[in-house]
Amino acid sequence: MSRSVFSSPSLANHPGLDEWVSVGSDGRISIRSGKVDIGQRISTALAMIAAEELDVPLDRIDMVRTVTGEAPDEGITSGSNSMMESGSAVRLATATARRHMLAQAAEQLGVDVETLEVDDGLIQSRGTNRSVTYGEIQGDKPFGVDVDPDVDVKDPETHRIVGEKIAPLGLSEIVTGSYRFLHDMKLPGMLHARVVRPPHYNARLEGINDEAADRLREGGFEIVRDGSFVAVAGGDEYAVIQAAERLFAACDWDTSGALSEDDIFERLTANPRESRPVENDGVPQNKPVPPLADPPENAAATLEARYDKPYHAHASMGPSAGCAIWQEDGLQLWSHSQGIYFLRDAVAEAFDIDPETVRIEHVPGAGCYGHNGADDAAFDAALVARALPGKPILLKWTREEEHAWAPYATATSMKLRASIDSGGRVIDWSHESYGDTFNMRPRSGPNMAGAARLLSGRFRETPPPEFIPQPAMVRHMGIHRNLDPLYVFPNKRLVKNLVRDLPLRTSALRTLGAYGNVFAIESFMDELAEAAGIDPVTFRLNHLEDTRGREVLEAVAARMDFSADDGLGRGIAFAQYKNLKAYAAVGVELEVNDAAEVILKRAVLAGDAGEIVDRDGMAAQYDGGFLQAASWTISEQVTWDRDGITSRDWETYPILGFDNVPDIETVLIERPGVPFLGAGEAVSGPAGAAIANAIYNATGLRLRRIPFTPDAIRAAAMEA
Amino acid sequence: MDSLTLTINGEARRIDCDPATPLLFVLRNDLDLTGAKLGCGLEQCGACAVLVDGEATLCCNRPAGEFAGRDIVTVEALEKDPVGAAVQKAFIAEGAAQCGYCTAGLVVAATSLLKANATPDREAIVAGLEEHLCRCGSHGRVIAAIGRAAKEIGNV
Repeated sequence: MSRSVFSSPSLANHPGLDEWVSVGSDGRISIRSGKVDIGQRISTALAMIAAEELDVPLDRIDMVRTVTGEAPDEGITSGSNSMMESGSAVRLATATARRHMLAQAAEQLGVDVETLEVDDGLIQSRGTNRSVTYGEIQGDKPFGVDVDPDVDVKDPETHRIVGEKIAPLGLSEIVTGSYRFLHDMKLPGMLHARVVRPPHYNARLEGINDEAADRLREGGFEIVRDGSFVAVAGGDEYAVIQAAERLFAACDWDTSGALSEDDIFERLTANPRESRPVENDGVPQNKPVPPLADPPENAAATLEARYDKPYHAHASMGPSAGCAIWQEDGLQLWSHSQGIYFLRDAVAEAFDIDPETVRIEHVPGAGCYGHNGADDAAFDAALVARALPGKPILLKWTREEEHAWAPYATATSMKLRASIDSGGRVIDWSHESYGDTFNMRPRSGPNMAGAARLLSGRFRETPPPEFIPQPAMVRHMGIHRNLDPLYVFPNKRLVKNLVRDLPLRTSALRTLGAYGNVFAIESFMDELAEAAGIDPVTFRLNHLEDTRGREVLEAVAARMDFSADDGLGRGIAFAQYKNLKAYAAVGVELEVNDAAEVILKRAVLAGDAGEIVDRDGMAAQYDGGFLQAASWTISEQVTWDRDGITSRDWETYPILGFDNVPDIETVLIERPGVPFLGAGEAVSGPAGAAIANAIYNATGLRLRRIPFTPDAIRAAAMEA
Repeated sequence: MDSLTLTINGEARRIDCDPATPLLFVLRNDLDLTGAKLGCGLEQCGACAVLVDGEATLCCNRPAGEFAGRDIVTVEALEKDPVGAAVQKAFIAEGAAQCGYCTAGLVVAATSLLKANATPDREAIVAGLEEHLCRCGSHGRVIAAIGRAAKEIGNV
């Protein structure tokens, strides 16, 4: 046993051991967490932690589905926080449970607690034949004690489950088709429903052709209308899809509020904005932004560059869905939201009902990677259910809705300037980031702040007041996530700019602003290294004191041959997510072919996320995160015109396919006994920059605007 | 109500439905075979793939009536198929899914591929996945899983 270095903020609000752990008389262990599975395998990691501390096999652990009012409220499953928050809480809770049960066992068996050993839930006293099981001691009884934040946890050297490569929970059901997604729900008397969306954000419903509506009603369909929110429901799903198309044709829309077609990258730096300096390890300050001073006198070179990224879509494989029943005693919802407690409060706010009368059960959906359409679809289902009380409503979005109506990651621009001295050291550094908000999850608050951020809320007859986002002021949030580099630079000037009056709906996508900021910083580091005449790895190491950061960077560098003369371009990049979470270094080898396509050949990823629990799950977060970010970088941008979003499916919003997958080598740094950092978002930013740097290495073209499509590469070549 | 008879997972199934309904909806809603998923309804993503006469076929947008007399096999029945079972086992061994929404379609595509070509090289595997998308980034693991399944089948 060793003194725990693990701590969890989740325990402050949920200190009771019974909130986290219970033991059945059959010896099965139930674990409750407020963090939900979204493809990142958090349940697997939590189950492994629990099985390890309790010395039971993994299959003795039941991960209880997350339900409001039953599971601990751990906020949102986001920000790479789940391992630190829930992983640490479960470790401390199960260690407390073990100690509690062993103390009782010692008393019951009349032996010293030091003599007790646990094997497969059987507590035995060494040197005696006396034993008792967890189930006998604790079966179906409450613990009635709090989780001890200072409890001793197992010495990592004795771990038998934590750190192993195991098959993730649910995967055998997934590959055999028996895993139940929300989309697969079937309840007695259930109706399917579809929303009839307006042509674009600003369109409003003038009226519905009565005759067409009557025909649909005669055909057995229910039409639900609340202002400009229109939906249709019926017993047969495909018939409902067709009915929704007929209903759309019968709707008369006022489309006068066209979307702005101005160049988004001009608007980002020209529109009104809220600017804040960012200081003290990534915290914005409420004070004026200092002007950009002239470069220092000892500057040997001063570089300036602007980097841009477009709007990106979550583009979940499954269109979002929600299921709802409105009953006399309350609203039951099923949702694949990442934050069911926030959603509960927002829905209650929208309907002006007591949140305690809303119960939301999390049911898995397709991977969301942030605030996709999940919360909106749940609210849509609730709007329909409220109009048809007592009937279960399964409402699914279409592919077009997911692409055109879910929030996007904002387009961002990053303006950097830095000077180096004659020794190749950075002597001043300025970085300004511009973008819309990342912070539009439906979190309730004054002026119906939760309801106002649910998509269909704004289309209702009586919409909530418009939500005006304010600059996020907490450390490494939104636009200023990873704006502060981990490198040791003097004279840093860091500025976040929340830009107003931009055309598209935005919110949180994996890494928030970190992807754009790290793309910019790590591209610029290569530009500076070249100006200094120093290789990119050495240049970074010269400015990096953090030993764990150096280790991942060196791990990748050791596996890359920058001197190879094989026509491939090579690039490297590094960051620590939020300067607090997991470390990632990325090396990329690629080819830019005659068609100006970027062909990924090889990627080397090194990660340090503290103690490794689910080894393969962590690796999957790195290699999957790399491929997703590569797709953003090479292929993706949301497009629109005055009449609405034009990237509405997989042809108009192409993503990386199976034909451009590199060999990936993922190196995980071993940190037994070191606090969990959370691995889900570490690799995305470095992935984008490593690709940009490798393209430069291959072609001499410095691409500063994502995505690096053949058109973009050809345009850059023409300018060169 | 119209009806039609389809051969699904080796059984003749009479279904009361409009034969114009895409096969995917019939499988999911009338037969409770929910393994195949609706990802787009546009034949662009592959989540809806099933085997039709042994070949991976997208069924989100093709009328069920067109499949009368054909041998339809869904992911739920692949455990009983030696190739399908090897593919499923290999997907688990390689951890070749994250959210799993696209996975059933990929398992079907892989089974179809290995039935047609027992020793596919990487190029052939990639070609066999041309109609499929994945958003979590499990691509490399899926390709590795298909290679692993091919080897396992070859060793039997």
